[in-house]
Amino acid sequence: MNRTSRRKVLSGVVVFLCAAAVVVALVPLFFVFAYVIQKGFSSLSWDFFTKMPKPVGESGGGMANAIVGSLILIGIASAIAVPVGVIAGVYVSEYGKRRFASLVRFTADVLNGVPSIVIGIFAYGLAVLPVKHFSALAGGLALGFMMIPIITRTTEELLNLVPGILREGALALGATRARAAFSVMVPAALPGIMTGILVALARISGETAPLLFTAFNNRFFTTSLNQPIASLPVQVFTYAIAPYEEWHQQAWAGALVLVAMIFLFSVLARVVTRRLERMHRT
Amino acid sequence: MSDTVVSEMSAPSNAAAAASKPGNGPGTGSLATAGRALRMESRKLNFSYGPKQALWDISAQIPEKTVTAFIGPSGCGKSTFLRCLNRMNDIIPDTRVEGDVLLDGNDIYAAGMDIVDLRRRVGMVFQKSNPFPKSIFENVAYGLKINGMCSRAEMPERVEKALRRAALWDEVKDRLETSAMGLSGGQQQRLCIARAVAVEPEVLLMDEPCSALDPIATTKVEELIHELKRDFTIVIVTHNMQQAARVSEFTAFFMLGRLVEHDRTEKLFTNPGQKITEDYITGRFG
Repeated sequence: MNRTSRRKVLSGVVVFLCAAAVVVALVPLFFVFAYVIQKGFSSLSWDFFTKMPKPVGESGGGMANAIVGSLILIGIASAIAVPVGVIAGVYVSEYGKRRFASLVRFTADVLNGVPSIVIGIFAYGLAVLPVKHFSALAGGLALGFMMIPIITRTTEELLNLVPGILREGALALGATRARAAFSVMVPAALPGIMTGILVALARISGETAPLLFTAFNNRFFTTSLNQPIASLPVQVFTYAIAPYEEWHQQAWAGALVLVAMIFLFSVLARVVTRRLERMHRT
Repeated sequence: MSDTVVSEMSAPSNAAAAASKPGNGPGTGSLATAGRALRMESRKLNFSYGPKQALWDISAQIPEKTVTAFIGPSGCGKSTFLRCLNRMNDIIPDTRVEGDVLLDGNDIYAAGMDIVDLRRRVGMVFQKSNPFPKSIFENVAYGLKINGMCSRAEMPERVEKALRRAALWDEVKDRLETSAMGLSGGQQQRLCIARAVAVEPEVLLMDEPCSALDPIATTKVEELIHELKRDFTIVIVTHNMQQAARVSEFTAFFMLGRLVEHDRTEKLFTNPGQKITEDYITGRFG
């Protein structure tokens, strides 16, 4: 084999390996989607969204409590994590001296890598032990702690991408440092910050472990923040390990709703980002 | 507009100089200010970035309602000096300032100086146009809003006035609510000028405002400078010596962090006092 044809063959092999890697990466995703849709779709009905879980043995019923519970938990988590995360990101980007900023960055990355069950234990110690009962608040807190490092990091990174000359422009007009940060820099970075928030939402809305001993679970419908509350991931987990075929079906439907919810957040993240960017650029 | 320039330049000036300003530091001669009061003045200003000293004993006078141009080769300190005049260098860490900069006789580096108020009084236009990613209206209104300078009801009137002063009104009056990022480069720069003059500064600092603009946009900005000097004291940094000659009454030549020569523009360009100035303006280096 001469030199040229050997190089051609080698090139072909490398391209094939790259393509194979892509397939290996995408196949699980495809199967997860296909399987969840196939199994879950048949059990999905209007009742699933509007009805409460039925006692064992009775057929029908739905997960209305878990869907509402999940939304409440995500709401609490966002209410905590969005302001804290964004403001922390602004602080690091605008005021952080080099060493301090890299320390915060490192800490956020470590926190981001902490197993979610450990975050759950932390929230348990903070919000469950003192009051001696599980609550939606504790669950939201645990999820919020998971969101904060993601939001802080994206906010900081995106603020660093905004040209510093915008800050100088604001300062030159008599803006204070904080005013320049919040009225010019943050709005300029807003599309990216929104993406970060929605990615963080998508990330935590499927979390089960941190909820197990914070929000716990609830067979009944509640909107009280001070009570244990049902959530989709925990409900799916409970139903999936139960020995009843009817419950398994419900678990599949729950999994499908959960995946659809996360998919929706991701799509929303793209749409919002694009719309905000278009507003700025033209 | 060129009439006023010529008459000012040809006015007998040496006699009037001494009366209008307090003692100069050594290193620069006394500036003949053609009878005009001084708006700003630096006295033996030294500035360093960390261990690297960038300005050495700069003593310069800025007469009011005139255009003063700073020229000199890259890295000579002219922009650094400009940014000392509204304390823009404060935001750069590890910088040190010694000496005084006076605005209407008060030291802007004094302990009690309100830096926010200072920057309102000494506005700035940058090399690269930097409109905020907001609407045209909001860009001009920004300074008025943050300084609480007028009520919401007065805002449209003030914005229009600023845009007219920047000769931009006719081009944007029908699209005030659209994003400023959609304007052309020259329009963006004039918007930044409108934004700066909206807060009624006493002094307007311009840091190479035309270096990113095409010749037509440059001409527009230069015409604008001629108009604006009726109301404002303007200091412009420029790489373009023809521009300095066209727009300014006074020119300061910087070299290696020192102020080499500071005189009436006409004098500095036709009969420079220093050999090195002559070498620079005749293009022998730089």
